[in-house]
Amino acid sequence: MVRVIKLKKGLNLCIEGEAVPGNDKPVTSGEVAVVPDNYVGLLPKVTVKPGDKVKAGSPLLYDKNHETVQVVSPVSGEVVAVERGERRKVLKIVVKADGAGEKVDFGVQDVDRIAPEALRDLLQAAGLWVYIKQRPYDIVADPNVAPRDIFVTAFDNAPLAPRHAYDLLWSSDNRALQVGLKALARLTQGKVYVGIDEEANATRLPDCVEPVVFKGAFPACNAGVQLHHIAPVNKGETVWTLCALDVVFIGRLLLKGSIDLTRTVAVCGSEVAHPTYVTACPGTPVADIVGDNLVPAQHHRRYISGNVLTGVRVMPDGYLDAYHSQITVIPEGDETHDFLGWAMPGLRVLSLSRTFLSRWLPSRCDSNPDARIHGGERAIIMSGEYDKVFPMDILPEYLIKAIIAFDIDRMEQLGIYEVAPEDFAACEFVDTSKLPLQQIVRNGLDLLRKEMC
Amino acid sequence: MKALRKFLDKVKPQFEPGGKFSALQSVFEGFESFLFVPSTTARSGVHIHDAIDSKRTMTVVIIALLPALLFGMYNVGYQHYLAIGALAQTGFWTIFAYGFLAVLPKIVVAYVVGLGIEFIGAQLRHHEIQEGFLVSGMLIPMIVPVDTPLWMIAVATAFAVIFAKEVFGGTGMNIFNVALVTRAFLFFAYPSKMSGDEVFVRTTDTFGIGSGTVVDGFSGATPLGQLATHTGGDLTFTNIVGEPITTLDAFLGFIPGSIGETSTLAILIGAAILLISGIASWRIMLSVFAGGLLTSWICTFADPSTYAAALLSPIEQVCLGGFAFAAVFMATDPVTAARTETGKYIYGFLVGVLAILIRVFNSGYPEGAMLAVLFMNAFAPLIDHCVVEANIRRRMKRAKQINSEEVKL
Repeated sequence: MVRVIKLKKGLNLCIEGEAVPGNDKPVTSGEVAVVPDNYVGLLPKVTVKPGDKVKAGSPLLYDKNHETVQVVSPVSGEVVAVERGERRKVLKIVVKADGAGEKVDFGVQDVDRIAPEALRDLLQAAGLWVYIKQRPYDIVADPNVAPRDIFVTAFDNAPLAPRHAYDLLWSSDNRALQVGLKALARLTQGKVYVGIDEEANATRLPDCVEPVVFKGAFPACNAGVQLHHIAPVNKGETVWTLCALDVVFIGRLLLKGSIDLTRTVAVCGSEVAHPTYVTACPGTPVADIVGDNLVPAQHHRRYISGNVLTGVRVMPDGYLDAYHSQITVIPEGDETHDFLGWAMPGLRVLSLSRTFLSRWLPSRCDSNPDARIHGGERAIIMSGEYDKVFPMDILPEYLIKAIIAFDIDRMEQLGIYEVAPEDFAACEFVDTSKLPLQQIVRNGLDLLRKEMC
Repeated sequence: MKALRKFLDKVKPQFEPGGKFSALQSVFEGFESFLFVPSTTARSGVHIHDAIDSKRTMTVVIIALLPALLFGMYNVGYQHYLAIGALAQTGFWTIFAYGFLAVLPKIVVAYVVGLGIEFIGAQLRHHEIQEGFLVSGMLIPMIVPVDTPLWMIAVATAFAVIFAKEVFGGTGMNIFNVALVTRAFLFFAYPSKMSGDEVFVRTTDTFGIGSGTVVDGFSGATPLGQLATHTGGDLTFTNIVGEPITTLDAFLGFIPGSIGETSTLAILIGAAILLISGIASWRIMLSVFAGGLLTSWICTFADPSTYAAALLSPIEQVCLGGFAFAAVFMATDPVTAARTETGKYIYGFLVGVLAILIRVFNSGYPEGAMLAVLFMNAFAPLIDHCVVEANIRRRMKRAKQINSEEVKL
């Protein structure tokens, strides 16, 4: 019998521009970039210089704190630039693809036989270790700490989520997923839990993992929410979290002996003319992924790698984030000036508040929200707002206040080790006071890590 | 609207630092964001935001206050014409106009003084102007007697805004409800103008309207005032000209009292607006009434010769005085109430209990709702602390269990 966890709290948003599965056209791009900022907690040391030839799987940089943790080139070609910003911070490493498809050979492995130590080394050498994140702190996992358990999230219910990419987990990617999960099971003494949204998919998982079905609105798909309900993290414990789409990479490595970072990527949002799916590897330029698939318009646009709640803003000349399977394009809205907006009945606004008429109408999926904040930043005035969309036994308002005050004891007591910034995305959306909650949590986790290490 | 937008864009540079009117930047931004939704877009975190903001939230509260305010204006006129014995021959609009003219100066004074201080405060700190006082400024005139002098309201409002709010950091940071601090200041500084038989019914004319002489047998005592002086057996409330009043009169609000508090019906309409729109906490509202009704029922067993309020039924208790107004508009202030969901039940219940207890057992204060809410404002953080500690204990216990299991292994 599969365990089913029902979550009542959450945020059910339906917005325009959901991607429709088509022929998943592959995006061929002349260049690919590795952006070290994608990998939170990693201190990059670049090992290549412009002009170096690389294969798919050749290291481009490593983590100064854990030198075996590397980031590799997803394609073969030539390093054309290592761009640095202020204080010589590495902004990106650009690789010009030569189309030859040369790959570093790591050797085909039998997942049932390979020793855990060898598996660890392989994942680090092949640059897949960065896809394993750890709680506490929501950073790239420390290879020297054994995880208590591993949590894999195998569905996404954020707005415009790349559902088709997750559907493939149960069909064409299923073999790689199974092998990847078996590999993870060898890396922990504890259990590997897989969070799914349909009972039926449990049969397509290997026996060594424990499926748990989650029913509920966003953020039910977040690793933080799932692990909180399965086996919460206590002080001193470390668990790993992964997205099932990234587990597929591990499976492919073991099956093929080389890396294949091809993702099925949703191109979605109200600004996209034909929301669809393409295949591309992390670091592909957004411009190549979106192409001319845009609604003709004069206004400013916002390009987001990921979804509208937890994604990161990228410029049109930016790149697909390492962890994302989605590019969302919405109107920026900075040229819109709504007259007396606070007093209008609000027939077509996106809001959870019953002060707008739209909340009383049957829910529709044709709202196309822009990136405006719709108000000024205030102190936390309304109470209980966060709780409505925060499905954990944590008091979000008190935790946020403890983080702002940076009271370490209080943060620990209130559950800072269990959360990631993304868990506060729904709270940030509904917040009347318009506080940047995810930023607050990220800063708090970073500061805390500095204090504790 | 485009012309207005263009004009704003044109004059905006003059209000920015270095401009001619840079000292008025906060004020300008306040008006600009009042006219047009700010077009600032998300810098970090979520890329889309809920359309609700604190301006809209406060606007809904003001809309919810309107039924009680409008009825309050009418009732001011009603009580006046009743006092001069001219009620029958005076039309609805004249009665309303009298009340309107009597109440309007109070609203203007409260807003001018309060918002003036807020504007200065915001500019000094280079903050945006915050909306909190829009509600406080509307509440203040509604919880004072009609004959409270304007200068007193001005002094009390200034005191409350500065010492109950700005010194704590402005909207969202205050511990005590600003409107109630205003009322408490008035109550303790100028008791003769805040209670007694003289202040709740205006007997003179207002801006030349409604002059006349008071009828024989007039007494301006409110029902709770009558209760405080009541001795002996049966209790019958009378209106200001000595006729008996029923519970229905009290429910509808045709009794003397502070301007906005008399009509339980109008307040309940406001409550419906607040609850349907989801702005106020139903937990607090429900538990205030529950606490009040329960305590009133228990108090009916007290000795009526010592405590005359024991003669009142629970329904009469919540219809009289400021109980309903406090339950709906004061206790639900999110900033000063308990903030945890469990805490709200406890907070509200205790507000209800205390309001009735003060009313029944302390003859010095015929009305207890104001003091009950202020008292619980002080205790709300303690209630929340207990709820938060319970959450922390659950987490610590969980960690301990796991650690002890490890030791066994």
